[in-house]
Amino acid sequence: MTTRYTKSHEYVRVEGGTGIVGITDYAQAQLGDVVFVELPPIGQSLSKGAEAATVESVKAASEVNAPVSGTVVDVNSALTDSPGLVNEDPSGKGWFLKIKLSDAAELDRLMDEDAYREFLKAVS
Amino acid sequence: MSDSQTAAAVRELARTPLYDLHCGLGARMTGFAGYAMPVQYPSGIVSEHLHTRTRAGLFDVSHMGQAILAGSQAALRLETLVPGDIAALAPGRMRYTQLLDGHGHILDDLMVTRLDDEAGRERLFLVVNAATKRADFAYLAAELPDCALTVLDDRALLALQGPKAAEVLRRHVASAAAKSVFALHFMAAGNFARDGIFLNISRSGYTGEDGFEISIPATAAPDFAQELLDEADVRPIGLGARDSLRLEAGLCLYGHDIDSTTGPVEAGLSWSISKRRREAGGFFGYEQVKRAIDHGPSRLRVGFLLEGKAPVREGAEVVTPEGQTIGRITSGGFAPSLGRPVAMGYVDAARAAPGTQLCLIVRGKPLAAKIVPMPFVPHHYFRGD
Repeated sequence: MTTRYTKSHEYVRVEGGTGIVGITDYAQAQLGDVVFVELPPIGQSLSKGAEAATVESVKAASEVNAPVSGTVVDVNSALTDSPGLVNEDPSGKGWFLKIKLSDAAELDRLMDEDAYREFLKAVS
Repeated sequence: MSDSQTAAAVRELARTPLYDLHCGLGARMTGFAGYAMPVQYPSGIVSEHLHTRTRAGLFDVSHMGQAILAGSQAALRLETLVPGDIAALAPGRMRYTQLLDGHGHILDDLMVTRLDDEAGRERLFLVVNAATKRADFAYLAAELPDCALTVLDDRALLALQGPKAAEVLRRHVASAAAKSVFALHFMAAGNFARDGIFLNISRSGYTGEDGFEISIPATAAPDFAQELLDEADVRPIGLGARDSLRLEAGLCLYGHDIDSTTGPVEAGLSWSISKRRREAGGFFGYEQVKRAIDHGPSRLRVGFLLEGKAPVREGAEVVTPEGQTIGRITSGGFAPSLGRPVAMGYVDAARAAPGTQLCLIVRGKPLAAKIVPMPFVPHHYFRGD
């Protein structure tokens, strides 16, 4: 299992060619109370960096971008009724979608956990 | 996800007297009207919002402009720039009104409190919006050269709002006139003493709840704020919840719901223009305001209740079920007290009746919404026993 991070604070946790995508704890704290999540349809193909989902806090709407290219194979429908899961458990129950990677080499261009931690120190 | 503002940009901003207090409370600071202001504290906007509705919230609104306009005829002179009835204000009473330009458009909205006369001069205490304060004060000084405008840069402004506000505040101030703050009704103000310092306290606010706004010397503000925060019922509230509270209360935010392209009648603010002023006029933009009152405005500010859970933001188009665009959203978001999204915006006056079913366009998709009367959450102002 490999977890990689983007500069826009998404994570992708990859196991066997499929990645679970969500936003980091830093991102959920920056957003504040999440009140609505719009998820893509299953089967949609996404290219790396494309808008994959929308997350609405009380204050504003933000885009969640696909950290890697691929096809959406599942979405976390629990977020429809309980968007607050994104705040409570961003790396667990608050995941957004599962994506079947079309190019695993893209992972090499993302940050690993140590690099992301360094990146957070620089931006905050 | 992107960082809205860098820490470096926040450091360039002006600070209110409570800046250190906010940072100590763990606030997330952001730039607003040139000031570093707290958006929220660690508990978050929803929790701050609900706390204000059920107990009491303390807001730092020191970025807003405070000034005293003095002159032998200060009330009548100010009436040349605003449609509100200022001359009829008794000392200790206040009004909400708007600063208008020659086209009847809104340059700002403001609170005007009539203070006691001093040395034969009428004195009006003005509270204006932060983003517009410099322009407002320049406009007032230029248009009313016979009045003296004193900008109170050395005073902080705090708001204590919520059902517990009166009970809390009574423990911390004594009235110069031996009356407690309980004696103030909504839209009344008075001077109250605290450790030899005079505070101007009004029973008013921007949340729809009972509450107070407290003008206090900047040097005394941090201690006073801390003392209020030491109360079990009081929590600090940031700009995020201030916005969601005022939205639920149906109150306009300048620069969004009203601005220099909108007039007071279409904005639904005719209630703030008295019969005398409608008939006698004598203010900038009277012709346009009078026409809007007599013939009805072409568009109206209305409230929307969304059917789904997706919030709608400023700028969203309002369309009929047939797809015709008839307006635009000026404020929108999640209403924590209702647990659902609400919005306000302008629509063609012919389609503005409560109950009208319309669609709001969000990310290219039409969301079902219904026009409803505002406020979305009932006001709880204190109007006497």
